[in-house]
Amino acid sequence: MGVARYIKDEKDRINDVILQSGIRVKPLYTEDDLKEAGFDYSKDLCNPGEYPFTRGIHRLGYRSREWTTRQYSGFGTPKETNERWKLLISQGQTGLNVAFDLPTQMGYDSDDPMAEGEVGRVGMAVDSLRDFEIAFKDIDMGKIGSGLTINAIASIMVAMYQATAEKYGFSKQQISCTPQNDILKEIVGRGAWIFPVEPAVRLIGDVIEYSVREMPRNNPVSVCGYHIREAGANPVQEIAYAIGIANAYIDEVLKRGLHIDDFVARFSFNLDVFGNLWEQVAKFRAARKLWAKNIKEKYGAKNEKSMFLRGIFGGGGGGLTKEQPENNIVRSAYYALAAALSGAQTTALCSYDEAYTIPTPHSALISLRTLQLLMEEVGLRDTVDPLAGSYFIETLTKQMEEKIVEEIKKIDRLGGMVKAISAGYIQKEVARQAYEFEKGVQYGEFIKVGVNKYSGGEQGEVELHEYSDESAKEQIKGLKELKRTRDNREVARTLKELEKATKEKKNVMPYLVDCCKAYATVGEMTGVFRDIFGEFVEPSIF
Amino acid sequence: MPERKIRILIAKPGLDGHDRGAKVMAHALRDAGMEVIYSGLHQTVPSIVKMAVQEDVDVIGLSVMSGAHVPIARKLMELIRKEGLDNVMVVVGGVIPTKDIPTLKEIGVQGVFPGGTPFEESITFIREHARK
Repeated sequence: MGVARYIKDEKDRINDVILQSGIRVKPLYTEDDLKEAGFDYSKDLCNPGEYPFTRGIHRLGYRSREWTTRQYSGFGTPKETNERWKLLISQGQTGLNVAFDLPTQMGYDSDDPMAEGEVGRVGMAVDSLRDFEIAFKDIDMGKIGSGLTINAIASIMVAMYQATAEKYGFSKQQISCTPQNDILKEIVGRGAWIFPVEPAVRLIGDVIEYSVREMPRNNPVSVCGYHIREAGANPVQEIAYAIGIANAYIDEVLKRGLHIDDFVARFSFNLDVFGNLWEQVAKFRAARKLWAKNIKEKYGAKNEKSMFLRGIFGGGGGGLTKEQPENNIVRSAYYALAAALSGAQTTALCSYDEAYTIPTPHSALISLRTLQLLMEEVGLRDTVDPLAGSYFIETLTKQMEEKIVEEIKKIDRLGGMVKAISAGYIQKEVARQAYEFEKGVQYGEFIKVGVNKYSGGEQGEVELHEYSDESAKEQIKGLKELKRTRDNREVARTLKELEKATKEKKNVMPYLVDCCKAYATVGEMTGVFRDIFGEFVEPSIF
Repeated sequence: MPERKIRILIAKPGLDGHDRGAKVMAHALRDAGMEVIYSGLHQTVPSIVKMAVQEDVDVIGLSVMSGAHVPIARKLMELIRKEGLDNVMVVVGGVIPTKDIPTLKEIGVQGVFPGGTPFEESITFIREHARK
């Protein structure tokens, strides 16, 4: 939510500023601060496109290519989603970012009792290949890449994406999807987990390995510091935990005989942008540098591309308020500015009504325009890493880097991220911070305009996206019809093969593609995994 | 004999995994001297009621962020009545549009605390209304 703690005197002069990461901001920065921080241009910065990539991974930044805008969207039935996507593409959006409803994320079919009341509510319902065929109809899958917000069953959705593309005449080498495929952050921050940690991480590895070998344009994992931050972590932890989680996946894939340079260049990150502007910019610059060092020094990568921290920097949902919701339009514009000043390659914004519900077409379009006007109108494409060399920004970047390194060491002492998460340590730490933060807002220590300061005045009504259970009924009807008309023997056969491969610890991806092509449902495929893996049991601490 | 502390079950029904608010409230209520039990994620209405009985709670606090608060609350109230847990108070928090509050109250939910409600407000309400 808020940004930093401000200590003021009785005349409202600021005596002290403490950022969320605990770093104190001074009233003035000079050359001396850089000296004191041990700043060394050739080690800490170099030019954009040069190791350690603090200034960005591309030599010319946005001059060579503006950012990709990828608004999160999808709701109701696949047909409704298809219409929304076509609208966004016609308005200049350059990639899709698919939202799935909760039953789909959790591996339940729309007619499962667990799905009741949730079908199509927060995203699109997907039961089978039939739904993807409708959703991607008339979309140029050879050109438009798709982010898939799916984790526990990312393997199933990537298989489904391939099956759909092949149906429409695109080859698996030609298409590109970016599943989130980050189960550890689900356990820490977002809650859409199904299987215990070990088999869950194995499935992550299957998607990465299969992508590297068969779907080379995929970005098979998007490591989401984002949701961990939204759950309460501070910006330092956001980066430290993301790097820790990414390393856990790297270790899983290395076990399969691949070399670091074979796959890590396809990793991407999903990071958050709300909060203090300077802290965000310093965070992204420090993160790029630390990731590059991690890959080069810890894993011995030789290829420079392996060291690029690529990703989507955006969202900012945690900063939005229910109070005076139109203010969120302005707030998001500043968050987008932070992303642009940090050299985000891909971005998206939460829409102003998202503190209430999923966005209307109107609010989603405002977000898209906000991003476009930064690139087109106010000069963010002019020059690369414009804040570089600032006494303040470079000092802060160094300080952030030190803090993140300290946090990474803490995780190492706990035996790595998988252990720290299995024991519930990270979840507890994040929840504690969320509470401290909420207290800070409630007692006015962190200022939120319209919430604990300047909260008077008229309260505008927000036009909200309305959920209709008509879509759910239509979805369930379609599913019933599918089950009647598909070749059920072929379904049973492919599911049996999947079961065998899963038990034999083979990479499940080719078997999932066959299941999808036979129109096996998401619930049926997940059911195979549930029976073999069981379910994750949450550590009961908070 | 000192008065028994208020026991409250913070419950996350359904598939929604956003538990930041639930855990923040769990901390706040514990700091306010209540005994807090957290259900963990992905609970069903029957599993919540079962837990409420086992833990002998005075209050069930439902946390719903997905928009499904009305159907879930309705189911919970029906089961509570069926099980004869008439002295268990139900409150709801999460992403709750103002227009849904009257509906929730009609169903039998006593307190509704949308995200951002001051801690003091929910704590005072629970103290004043639990076990009444």
